[in-house]
Amino acid sequence: MIKFNNVSYNHPDGTNALNNINLDIPEKSITAIVGNNGAGKTTLVKHINGLLKPSTGTVSIKNEDTRKSSVAELSRNVGMVFQNANHQLFADTVKNEILFGLNNFGFNEEFVKERYEFVIELFKLRKYESISPLKLSGGEKKRVCLASVLAWNPEILILDEPTVGQDELQKTVLLKFINQLHSNKKTVIVISHDIEFLWRLQPNIVTMSEGKIIEIGNSESIFKNQKLMERVGIIPPQIIKIFEGLGIKDKIPLSFEESCTIIKNLRN
Amino acid sequence: MSVKELIRFDNFSFRYNSRDAKILENINLSIKSNEITVLAGPTGCGKSTLLRAIVGLIPNMYEGEYTGDVTVDGIKIRDAEIKEIAKRVGFVFQNPENQIFMFSVERDIAFGLENLGLEQEIIKKRINKIMRTLNITHLAEKAPHELSDGQKQRTALAGVLAMEPKILILDEPTSLLDPKTAAEFMELINSLCREKGMSIIIVEHRLDLVLKYADKLIVLSEGKIISDDTPENVFNYKKDIIPELSVPFSTKLYRKLAKNNMKFTKAVTGVEDMIREVMK
Repeated sequence: MIKFNNVSYNHPDGTNALNNINLDIPEKSITAIVGNNGAGKTTLVKHINGLLKPSTGTVSIKNEDTRKSSVAELSRNVGMVFQNANHQLFADTVKNEILFGLNNFGFNEEFVKERYEFVIELFKLRKYESISPLKLSGGEKKRVCLASVLAWNPEILILDEPTVGQDELQKTVLLKFINQLHSNKKTVIVISHDIEFLWRLQPNIVTMSEGKIIEIGNSESIFKNQKLMERVGIIPPQIIKIFEGLGIKDKIPLSFEESCTIIKNLRN
Repeated sequence: MSVKELIRFDNFSFRYNSRDAKILENINLSIKSNEITVLAGPTGCGKSTLLRAIVGLIPNMYEGEYTGDVTVDGIKIRDAEIKEIAKRVGFVFQNPENQIFMFSVERDIAFGLENLGLEQEIIKKRINKIMRTLNITHLAEKAPHELSDGQKQRTALAGVLAMEPKILILDEPTSLLDPKTAAEFMELINSLCREKGMSIIIVEHRLDLVLKYADKLIVLSEGKIISDDTPENVFNYKKDIIPELSVPFSTKLYRKLAKNNMKFTKAVTGVEDMIREVMK
């Protein structure tokens, strides 16, 4: 679905940001990109919606070279929610912010109405409909950004630090929604430092450092690799620290209920 | 170190002119020196408003209906000059880019000090001292865009700490940092608090990162304080907690197990507590 072939990228000032990236993100998968500050995570995903074009190598989306398509063409298929909400929001009201993308892509009235109603309810934004998004709190702004992009139902969705500023209920909504997108056969890519959230999501994980991909694997194998975590600036989720501390290293329970049972048995 | 009350809210309420309902209602609290307070609560619960009321942005920059009193280090915020408040309270924003604007790290740190009207020699001394403390001396000549996010966060913190405030406010300070850098940042904040006897208030959703340093956890919901106690007492399994709170995994486990009659010597607020309790 998304293919990086020997991709390197240099910033206009010459500094290298991506170094020989080879990556294949399958259709209908959930992928997380983790790594320390400055590892190149955001630079990498900006190649997927064509905001950046590789200095060398190629990026293709559904076998289509991104250098041959415009950002506008790509964004119909690739929705991106940026890390900093202030870089994304511009309309005078929350309603117009969400409608902008929908109207811009020329969807029919019925679809626009249906999608609008869906996201405004999902992200609990009804009471802010006629308020300027810039007047909302940080967490609320983030929800407006999510709603605006999810509204046009792109096939590939990129979320850059989606949990920042979100409380637990909002995180749970987000988690459910990502899983729902997944079962609707969407491809989801998440950049996140929120390890506890990623553990609940259980995506495939791509680890990066200094513009390179270090390792790719499932959540458990990545988070149990102490040396790798150290290298990419990550700390394991509490569940792994607890069970490793209790001497249970081989099989980390996936669910909360299972964790309770194991600890109860240990005590008895 | 003698402990002193540095922040006090007495029956404080506030309503923004742009909104119909009060954003904060009847807030009473007391925050002391040599203490780290974590402020948590759902999005839109009034956390930022509470911080604005401490630093004097309310009522100076945001208009609205103000009742009750906020007292910071003995001065009443409602009548105080911004300059008087700025000497006492440092504020590090969520996004350090909103805060760093000079052309070098050193100039950026100098900016606040010059505004205080200090002598050049004193300014120089303070800059050098704070750059050493935060380990950014080697960045003195760098421009903001040459810094990593972690370095930007430290620079923003340096600019604030150079003014030697008694009170430091951090609004989601670790949200842009990778977990390792975030943990280092929190260690630094903790040692600053204990060395200088500062009062530090941290707004943070990711409680797993900050709880082990917290003396107090204040939970706000719909404009009211619903908990104001040590993290152990707030999370005691006999107490209800609101579902919006991102309770650390270890605490969630403890609450569930304790409710099912497993015995604990105290409430669990971190990984180490949990391992110790189970191994007993």
